Amino acid sequence: MSKTLSHLDWLEAEAIHIMREVAGQCSNPALLFSGGKDSVCLLRLAEKAFRPGRFPFPLVHIDTGHNYKEVTDFRDKRAAELGERLIVRSVEDSMKRGTVVLKSPLEPRNKHQSVTLLETIAEFEFDCCIGGARRDEEKARAKERIFSFRDEFGQWDPKNQRPELWDLYNARAFKGENIRAFPISNWTELDVWQYIEREGLELPSIYFAHQRPIVVKNGLLQPITDVTPLKDGEVAETMTVRFRTVGDITCTAPVESGASSIRQIIEETAATTVTERGQTRLDDQTSEASMEQRKKEGYF
Amino acid sequence: MGANEIQDHGVLRFLTCGSVDDGKSTLIGRLLFDTKTILVDTLNAIERTSKKRGMEAVDLSLLTDGLQAEREQGITIDVAYRYYSTGTRKYIIADAPGHEQYTRNMVTAASTANLAVILIDARKGMLTQTRRHSYLANLVGIPHLLVAINKMDLVDYDQATYEKIKADYLAFAAQIGLKDVRFIPMSALNGDMIVDRGEKLDWYDGPTLLEILEAAPCAHGENGGDRDERFRFPVQFVCRPQDSANPELHDYRGFMGRVSSGIIAKGDAITVLPSGATSKVKDIQIYGQSLPEAHADQSVTILLEDEVDISRGDMIVRSDAQPTTTKQIDAMLCWLSETPLDKARKYVVRHTSRESKAILSGIEYRLDINSLEKQSADKLAVNDIAKVSIKLAQPLAVDPYTENRATGAFIVIDESTNNTVGAGMILQAN
Ligand SMILES: Nc1nc2c(ncn2[C@@H]2O[C@H](COP(=O)(O)OP(=O)(O)OP(=O)(O)O)[C@@H](O)[C@H]2O)c(=O)[nH]1
Ligand SMILES: [Mg+2]
Repeated sequence: MSKTLSHLDWLEAEAIHIMREVAGQCSNPALLFSGGKDSVCLLRLAEKAFRPGRFPFPLVHIDTGHNYKEVTDFRDKRAAELGERLIVRSVEDSMKRGTVVLKSPLEPRNKHQSVTLLETIAEFEFDCCIGGARRDEEKARAKERIFSFRDEFGQWDPKNQRPELWDLYNARAFKGENIRAFPISNWTELDVWQYIEREGLELPSIYFAHQRPIVVKNGLLQPITDVTPLKDGEVAETMTVRFRTVGDITCTAPVESGASSIRQIIEETAATTVTERGQTRLDDQTSEASMEQRKKEGYF
Repeated sequence: MGANEIQDHGVLRFLTCGSVDDGKSTLIGRLLFDTKTILVDTLNAIERTSKKRGMEAVDLSLLTDGLQAEREQGITIDVAYRYYSTGTRKYIIADAPGHEQYTRNMVTAASTANLAVILIDARKGMLTQTRRHSYLANLVGIPHLLVAINKMDLVDYDQATYEKIKADYLAFAAQIGLKDVRFIPMSALNGDMIVDRGEKLDWYDGPTLLEILEAAPCAHGENGGDRDERFRFPVQFVCRPQDSANPELHDYRGFMGRVSSGIIAKGDAITVLPSGATSKVKDIQIYGQSLPEAHADQSVTILLEDEVDISRGDMIVRSDAQPTTTKQIDAMLCWLSETPLDKARKYVVRHTSRESKAILSGIEYRLDINSLEKQSADKLAVNDIAKVSIKLAQPLAVDPYTENRATGAFIVIDESTNNTVGAGMILQAN
């Protein structure tokens, strides 16, 4: 009699299978590692997929230059602990090259990441990038295949995706084209936290409750930092917060929370009434289809 | 523990399918809404969008119809995946499109589902797409079919209408050999018989949709079902960490993959296909840990007693229960491409972790989905379902699809575009 796997074991086994398919089908893949919670899970999954061997891909981070130091330090430490190669490319290099042009110096650089990512893909001739996107994050992501094809401009065509049957993934692409593979597509935010707890994974400290100066804008908490300074007339207050997601400082908001352990975060996540992006992403609010639009333009 | 935190009772995957506008997306929206899975900001967003589009009530189909093009046209184009958990299990829901044009996306959703909810508009009864989706759900081997007769509010919750459609469906089910079919009347719009029973369907005394889902077995084969017990392990990747600083690893050769069916234990005698080489299982590992056995769905690494030549695309099986190794198969094929199948061309068949060049040499018949008539055909167009025979350049280790979903399934790839153009289910090896 075959047994049924628990939901976390099932999700883990599926994700490992996906990573091994990337390794088996692609000649030069990369794994996008930001230091965030989803990519921390990807690293553990890669360990389970490939140890005692080395990872058959380097880790890549596209740094906007607006990242919390706690996160980039953690990123470097984690890569070193694993003994795996870490490639960092930065949006600021693209700005110097003139391929990214800012309208204002402190504007959010999230969308500019796409440019630097495509330049990095071209530089190393990556044929596939593994990412930690989840389908529960956003309505356009909910539509995306696990192996998602991007044309030579990095564009996703949501109306014309490849059929994806059973677990028979098709990672074929011609030179210049690219596949994005999402091993944790079927995970929810809660699954991620449960996995982090079960595996005892370390995270950047800003995921846990800490105090920082905050201005509240439209219900979102805007941290006061070098790149998001106080504006005239604004008053900062010190609040106890944690990040549900870490990204570009200018567009990622923390949530008010006293949760200082994974267990407490799980309890809060299970009881939350607001989605991860709804509560934390200052750039998704702008239009009904902003994520789909960015993805069509090459965003991860 | 929070209310939404689930105990570990596995994963159930289901899809909604059926004809255009039968209410598939609304049904999922309703299910998520009534199980309180929709978070406040998502609900606010779809409320705003509904208003902007001039609707009085909240349009719950907006929960899954997330693409701009879908919202503009009020239809589903591609599958949306949604997740929720009850105290019992995690659900992965796939909302499939009803339009014939997007049948390939429905097949995508169906290929991984354990249960299908087939919707029928009570005013319209069975339509061609109802038949097509039922046929496809059965063909891809979804073990449980639930026919939801929806929009009962528009036929005054009339029992006779429900019974008539049920009888029509049962006649069709008998024709195509459907076994496990259940029926439920509902109004997705009003939420009758989804999570709550409502007040208008007193004459129906069966379970609600949620009750049916909660009781459905998780994976194929659970509760005495028919999941194949024979061990099948397609090798995805070979681990050879020679360059490691650890001299103990110098001779390490691990065969990495996911058990697609059955169970394997240390010491079991195995055969490698297609070569036929034999050995015994020395160890089963995951992340440095040694396991006494591995069973279906687990991703593991297998080490063997002997140095056998094995690479990606080979299959490890237990020597006492082997599949057929063959270069010639008969299969049911769903053609998924706008470019018709060309019998003169070579395609690539991907089966488990193996690929082979292939010629789709014979089309025995093409199925007319309305009459279920077997017609002769020279070409296959998009959405056609046909019985074909295939000649392979490389041998594959296959089982009939009805016995083993993993070793009976394949996809067809067109190398000139790299697109996935066909989905095949093996009937038999020749
Ligand atoms: N009166 C009534 N209307 C319903 C019911 N269920 C759905 N509808 C309406 O039927 C229309 C189509 O609903 P959808 O949920 O978009 O249909 P669908 O089956 O997902 O359509 P496709 O995915 O494009 O095939 C919408 O206007 C719904 O509000 C119901 O139970 N009663
Ligand atoms: Mg729909």
